[in-house]
Amino acid sequence: MPKRTDISSILVIGSGPIVIGQACEFDYSGTQACRVLREEGYRVILVNSNPATIMTDPELADATYIEPITTEFIEKVIAAERPDAILATLGGQTALNAAMDLDAEGILEKYGVELIGASIDAIQRGENREEFKDIVLGLDLPEGTADVARSRICHTLDEVLAAADELNYPVVLRPSFTMGGAGSGFAHDEAELRRMAVAGLEASPVTEVLIEESILGWKEYELEVMRDRNDNVVIVCSIENLDPMGVHTGDSITVAPAMTLTDREYQRMRDVAIGVIRAVGVDTGGCNIQFAVNPADGRLIVIEMNPRVSRSSALASKATGYPIAKIAAKVAVGYTLDEIDNDITSRPAIDDITSRPASTSGRRHTPASFEPTLDYVVVKVPRFAFEKFPGADDQLTTHMKSVGEAMSIGRNFTEALGKALRSSERKGHEFWLADDGSAPEDGELELLMAEIVRPHDGRLVKVERALRWGASVADVHEATGIDPWFLEQIVLMQKAGEAVRDASPLTADVLRQAKRHGISDVQIAHLRGTTPDVIRGVRAALGVRPVFKTVDTCAAEFAALTPYHYSSYDEETEVRPREREAVIILGSGPNRIGQGIEFDYSCVHASLALSEAGYETVMINCNPETVSTDYDTSDRLYFEPLTLEDVLEVYEAERAAGPVAGVVVQLGGQTPLGLARQLKDAGVPIVGTTPEAIDLAEERGAFGAVLDDAGLPAPKHGMARSFEQARTIAAEIGYPVLVRPSYVLGGRGMEIVYDDAALADYIERATEVTHEHPVLVDRFLDDAVEIDVDALYDGTELYMGGIMEHIEEAGVHSGDSACAMPPITMGTETIEEIRRSTHAIADGVGVRGLLNIQFALASDTLYVLEANPRASRTVPFVSKATATPLAKAAARIMLGATIAELRAEGMLKREGDGSHVAEDAPVAVKEAVLPFQRFRTVDGDSVDPLLGPEMKSTGEVMGLATTFGAAFTKGEAAANGPLPQSGKVFVSAANRDKRHAIFPIKRLADLGFEILATRGTAAVLRRNGVPTTTVRKHTEGPGPNGEPTIVQLLMDDQVDLVYNTPHGASRGGSPRTDGYEIRGTAIAHGIPCITTTPGLSAAVQGIEALRRQSEGEPLGVRSLQDWQPYMRQDASSAATEGIK
Amino acid sequence: MTGSHGVRACLVLEDGRVFEGESFGAEGETFGEIVFTTGMTGYQETLTDPSYRRQVVVATAPHVGNTGWNQDDDESARIQVAGLVIRERSPIASNHTSTGTLEDQLRQQGIVGISGLDTRALTRHIRERGAMRVGISTESSADDLLTRVRQQPEMAGLNLISEVSTTEEYVIEPVGEHRFTVVAFDLGIKAMTSQRLAARGCRVHVVPADTSLDRAKELGADGVFLSNGPGDPATADAQVALTKQVLDAGIPFFGICFGNQILGRTLGFATTKLPYGHRGINQPVLDHTTGRVEITAQNHGFAVVDEGAPRETPWGTATVSHTSLNDDVVEGLELRRGDRLVAFSVQYHPEAAAGPHDSAHLFDRFCGLMADARNNAQEA
Repeated sequence: MPKRTDISSILVIGSGPIVIGQACEFDYSGTQACRVLREEGYRVILVNSNPATIMTDPELADATYIEPITTEFIEKVIAAERPDAILATLGGQTALNAAMDLDAEGILEKYGVELIGASIDAIQRGENREEFKDIVLGLDLPEGTADVARSRICHTLDEVLAAADELNYPVVLRPSFTMGGAGSGFAHDEAELRRMAVAGLEASPVTEVLIEESILGWKEYELEVMRDRNDNVVIVCSIENLDPMGVHTGDSITVAPAMTLTDREYQRMRDVAIGVIRAVGVDTGGCNIQFAVNPADGRLIVIEMNPRVSRSSALASKATGYPIAKIAAKVAVGYTLDEIDNDITSRPAIDDITSRPASTSGRRHTPASFEPTLDYVVVKVPRFAFEKFPGADDQLTTHMKSVGEAMSIGRNFTEALGKALRSSERKGHEFWLADDGSAPEDGELELLMAEIVRPHDGRLVKVERALRWGASVADVHEATGIDPWFLEQIVLMQKAGEAVRDASPLTADVLRQAKRHGISDVQIAHLRGTTPDVIRGVRAALGVRPVFKTVDTCAAEFAALTPYHYSSYDEETEVRPREREAVIILGSGPNRIGQGIEFDYSCVHASLALSEAGYETVMINCNPETVSTDYDTSDRLYFEPLTLEDVLEVYEAERAAGPVAGVVVQLGGQTPLGLARQLKDAGVPIVGTTPEAIDLAEERGAFGAVLDDAGLPAPKHGMARSFEQARTIAAEIGYPVLVRPSYVLGGRGMEIVYDDAALADYIERATEVTHEHPVLVDRFLDDAVEIDVDALYDGTELYMGGIMEHIEEAGVHSGDSACAMPPITMGTETIEEIRRSTHAIADGVGVRGLLNIQFALASDTLYVLEANPRASRTVPFVSKATATPLAKAAARIMLGATIAELRAEGMLKREGDGSHVAEDAPVAVKEAVLPFQRFRTVDGDSVDPLLGPEMKSTGEVMGLATTFGAAFTKGEAAANGPLPQSGKVFVSAANRDKRHAIFPIKRLADLGFEILATRGTAAVLRRNGVPTTTVRKHTEGPGPNGEPTIVQLLMDDQVDLVYNTPHGASRGGSPRTDGYEIRGTAIAHGIPCITTTPGLSAAVQGIEALRRQSEGEPLGVRSLQDWQPYMRQDASSAATEGIK
Repeated sequence: MTGSHGVRACLVLEDGRVFEGESFGAEGETFGEIVFTTGMTGYQETLTDPSYRRQVVVATAPHVGNTGWNQDDDESARIQVAGLVIRERSPIASNHTSTGTLEDQLRQQGIVGISGLDTRALTRHIRERGAMRVGISTESSADDLLTRVRQQPEMAGLNLISEVSTTEEYVIEPVGEHRFTVVAFDLGIKAMTSQRLAARGCRVHVVPADTSLDRAKELGADGVFLSNGPGDPATADAQVALTKQVLDAGIPFFGICFGNQILGRTLGFATTKLPYGHRGINQPVLDHTTGRVEITAQNHGFAVVDEGAPRETPWGTATVSHTSLNDDVVEGLELRRGDRLVAFSVQYHPEAAAGPHDSAHLFDRFCGLMADARNNAQEA
C-alpha cells in the first residue's frame, strides 16, 4: 500500500523543553519524522517551543512554529496553517497529551484535522490503566499467557487506602497521564501512601491514581513494537533491565538484547506484545510495552504500554540500527513495512535462482519488515544529578529521576558494561576506581550489603565491591534482586581484573582478556599502580588493540552499507578505507544539567556544514538520545565512550583509513574540551582554538593578563588552594563572594557565600580542593545585569552572534536565567563596548571559532565574568533568533574558512552581525525549565526551588514576539504554564528587594490582582498605596478563628502567583533558604513561583501582554520562516540554500 | 587465545581460513558444513533440530548458554548439530526452567564446540564465500585439520534422511477431541510440529521416512505431512515418488522445509543450494495470498527454484505462495485444482521452536484442507 495522497500537509507536535523523563530523544524522533515527511512530499508544519533542537531548524519543516505546546497556541497554528493531519506520536507524552486536549476541546473536529499514527481511542486505551488491563486479560492467547498485576483505580484518598488494605502493602501508586511516571512509587505503609496519594491525585490531570499489587524484585523487560496499516507487526528490540522491578526503566541499567529468557519465554512476550498493539489499536507506528517476569516461575505480567515513540524507542533505534521514528513516520502516512527499505542492509544478489518478476524485486535493500538481530550487547546506564539538589532523596523508584544516559556497545555484556560505565563520566562509578580500599574493615561488608538493598545512583559499583569483598552471588542476588547471570558477569570482570593485577609481567593474553571484559586503560593502570599512558604504550607494543565492528541490524547476514561502528577486542575490523579528508567531531556524552542537547545541536551542525564543505565527517558520541548518534547524521558514526583511550583508538583507526584533518573539540561542551590537551599531547591535531588557548581562558592568572592588556575590568577575584588563602582573598574583596571549583560547567559546586563560616563550610564540602584543583573566589556583584555574548572569531574579524540580556540578576546561573535578545534595555554605547571587549578577548585568547563571554553591567561598568572559547549553551537559541547558523560557521572557521568567506557564501550576514538588529526584528526570550517538582527529600517534602549560581535547569524554551512582554509570556506558557491574568498574588520580598518590588506589585494591584502578604510586607505595601490583604506566616500557624497560613492557602490552591525572594544571610552553609515552605508548596502545587525581583517585573509585562489580548491585541503565532526576513535583514534564499 | 578454561581449539574452513578459540563442550574433533544462525534465543531448540544434521552451527548471538538446558525445549531426542561455534559462553545457567548448563549437555552428548573466536568475522566470511566444509579440533594442528576437512563429503548430493528418521512408528495423541489423523513422514521432524498438530485435534502418526502410502492409508490418514530434515532434496527421489502417490490419491498434503522442496520437485520445480542459506528467527516472508508479512523461523540451505509463473501439473496449478522479502527466495508453494487447495507447503517453520508464532495458522489451514477433503468425500 503506497503512501496516502488524501492528505498533503501534516502538523508535527514536538515535545517542548528538555525535562526529566522527556529529553532529546524526542528531538531525534521529531527530526527523523520531519525529514521523512518532507521527503515524501508533504507540507510539514511543526510546533515545538524548544529552540535547542535540530527539529526546529527552519530547514526541517515548511513552517516551524517555536510556540508553546498548549491548546491555545496549537489552535492558533492550526487556524493559520489548516493542516490535513496531526502527528503526535513522536513528541513524547507532551505531544500525546496536547493531541488529547485538542480533541477534548473539539479543535480537531472544528478544523477537520485527522490524527495519524495513533487514534484518540487507542491513546486512551493504552493509557487508561483499567481499560488496558481488560485488554491484556482479554487477549486471544492460551490461558495464563498474559497476566496483569492486581489493582484498583482510585479517585480519592479514601479509595486509595481501602485498595491498599485489600492488596496488602507494599503497593505501587501510579497517577494517570503523567510523564515519565511522575508521582508514582512504592508505598510501604499507610503514612507513606497518604503522602504519595495526595501528590499523585494532584499530579494526574484527571485526578486518578492506580493502586497495584507489588511485583518488586521481578525481572523487568521491554519490547519495542512496530505496526503498519496492513497489520504487519515486528518486534524491533528486546530490552532487559539489570535493576529489577521497582526502578523506573529510565533509571535502570538496561541491556539489549534480553539476556536471561529462553525462546519460549521470549516468544510468549512477543505474542502478548503483538496482541496488545492490535487490541489497543495503534494502527500505525511504534509502541513500547513493559513486562515483569517472576524469576521463580516465569509468570508474565504486562505492566504498561506507551502508544507512541518513547525514550526506549530511541535507545532501541540506536541499539539495533532500526530507525524507529523514521519508520513510524512512514507507516503513519500509509506505507507498509515491506514497502520500506532497511537503509542499512543491502540485498543479497542471488538472482540466478529467483527469476520472479515480483514487485519486490529490483530493490537495493532488504525491507524494514523484519526483526533486527544483534551480534553484540548494548548497555545503557542512567546519569543522575542528585548533587544539584541538596536534600533530594536519591533512592530510585518508579518515578524517573535521571537527567541523561550513556549507551555502549560491546561484543559481550562485560565489554559493553565497562564501556557504558566509563561513558557515563561519573567519578567513582567505574569498578576499582572508587576509593574503596582493597579489603573491608570489620562490619564494612555487612554495611555494604545493607546499602545495596536500596536502589540508588552508583549501586552497581557497590555490588561489585561486595562481590570482591567476598559476598556470594546468591547473597547479592538476594539483596538486590539482580539476576545472578549479571552478577556472574561482574565476577568475570573481577577475575580479569585480578589477573591484570597479579600478572608478572603483563602479557598480551592477560591484557586482551581484560579488554574483552571492558576494563579500561585507566582501570588497568589503577590495578597495576601505573599510569594509563604506560598501559596504552604496553598495549601498542603487544598489539592489543581494538577492532571496529558494525551495527547492521542483521548480525552480518547481509552486507551493511552504513558505517555505524563500535569498538571491540576481536579479530577483524570493518572500517573501510576512504579518499576524502576526514574531520572527527567529539560529541558531548550523556546529558547532564549544564551539558545537554544544546551541545549536540552544535555538533550536528558542524557535521552538516563540514560534510557540505567536502569533508568526510566522523562523529564520536555515546548518548543514544541524540541526533548526532543517528547513523545518517555524519558520514561515519562511532558509538564510543568519550575518553582519551577510546577517542585515540578511533583516531588511529580513521588515520589508517585515510587522511584526517583534525578533531573538533569545541562544540560538545566540557567533555571533549577536557580531552583537548591530552589529545594534542598524544599527537592528535585539534582544529580551531588551540588547547593552549582553551587553557588560557580557564586559567585565571593568564586570563587576567589578557583582560589587563585590553584594559577590561573583571570583578576582583583570586584563586585559593586552601581555606586560609580563600579567607584572605575574601577579606580583600569583601563579602559576598562567589566561590567555585575551577574547570566546571553548569556552575557545578558554585555558591555565593556571605561570611567566613560559610566559606569554611564550603571549602570543607568541596573535597576536591587541591593544588591542581584550586577554588576560584570572585567578588559577587549584587544588582548587576548579566549579559551573555556568543561570537565568532577567525583571527582577524569578529562576528557577534548575539547579545543576550538576562532577566534575573547576576548570581543566578546563566543557564537558569531567562534572557532576551536583542538586549532589551541596553543602549548602543553599551553594545559597542561589549563588542570592543569581545574582540579584545577573542584576540587575546586566540580564538578560532566560537567564543562565549559573560559580562555583568553594574553601575555602568562592564565587568568580564568569564570567557569560554567554545560553543555555549545559547548557540542554538542565538542561531534561531538571528536566523544565522553559528555552529556551522564555527566549524568552517575551525577548518580554516574566514568570516569574510562565510559572509560571501551567505552563511553569515553579508553586512553587520548579530549585534545589529533591526527595529522590527522580533524579541526572543529564552526561559529555563527547572526540575524541582521531580525531587523530594527523604521525608517526602519538596526541594527548595531557589535559583543560584549552580545551574539546575534541564532545558529551555523560546518565546518570539514583537514585544518583550508578549515574548516573555509565551516563554512562561511554554516553560512553566501560563501566567495568571487575574486572581491572588502572594508577595514576600527580602528587605533588599522591597524597594524594587513595590512598583511591579502596585502594577499587579492596578491590573486587578488581589495582593496577599504577611504582616511586615503588607505594612510596607500599604504605606505605598497598594491595597494588601494580610495573611498569616507559616511560622505563626493558623489564627484563632482558623485563619489559614499562606502555606495552607497554597495547598488549597487559593493563590495564583507567588513572588518570594529568599530572606536572610547564610547560616552554616545553607544560604538564603527562608521561605522554603512557601516556595516548596507552590512548586508542589504547580503554582507559578517567582524568586527574583527582575523576574517579577518581567512577569508583570507578560501579564500585561496577556491582558491586552482580551482588549483586541491577540498574541499571534508566526513561523520562523516568516520571521526570518525580520531577524536577518539580508535574509535571502542564499542564506538557506546552503543549508540542507 | 587462552581463556578461563584453557583448552585451545581451532576451527579450519575448507578454504584455509583458521580461527583460534577455546574448547567448548566435548574435546576432540568434528567435521561438517559450516552455517550460521542469527537467532538471539532458542539455542536448545536449534541444537536439537534434526535439520542441522552434519552441520557445524555458528551462533551469531553474542552470548549463548545463559538460560542453560531444560526438560521442555528439545526438538528431538538428542543434539543433532555436528559442532557449535559461539563467541561467549555463560559461566552459569540462569532461568527457572534450567536443569543444567549447555556446556555439560554438550559434553554428555559428545558434541565438540569452540568459543571465544570472532564469530562475526566468521559469519561475514561465510556470507561472502558461502557455506563450506569445516573442522573443529582440540587435538590437531590447523594444517592436519585442513587436509581432513577437504576429505569430507560436500552437503550437496548428500542424503541424510536415514540418519535422522525414526525407525519405529509412534503416535502423538490429540489434545481434546480427535478430529483428524495425520501421518507425518519423519525426514527429521521437530517435536513442536507434532504438538502443533495435536493441539488442533490431530492424532499424529510419526512414521519412518520409507513407510509406504498403503501403510499411511491403513493408519487412516486424513492428511499426509512431510517434515523438515537435513541433506540435499535432489537426492530424495523416494519421497518425491511417495508425494506423487499422495497427490494421485487426493490426500491432503502439507510439507514444511524439506517437505516443501519435495513438493516442489514433485510438481516439477528444480531445487538448488543457496550460497549460505537462511537460518534465523527474524526472516520476513510475504504471503502472496493475504499480502501480509510474517516473521518466520527459517533453517534451509536449499530452495525451490522459482520459474516466475504458475506451473500446470497433472494435479492442478502450482504457484509460489510465499516469498522471502530479503532475497525473493521461494518460501512456499501451493497446488490448486480450480479454486480448491489440494496441497501446500512452506520452506520456513510455522511450528517455530525457536521462533515467532506468526505462521501457526498454517496448521489450521492444513486442518481446513483435511476437513474440506472429508466433506467432499461425503458429498461424493
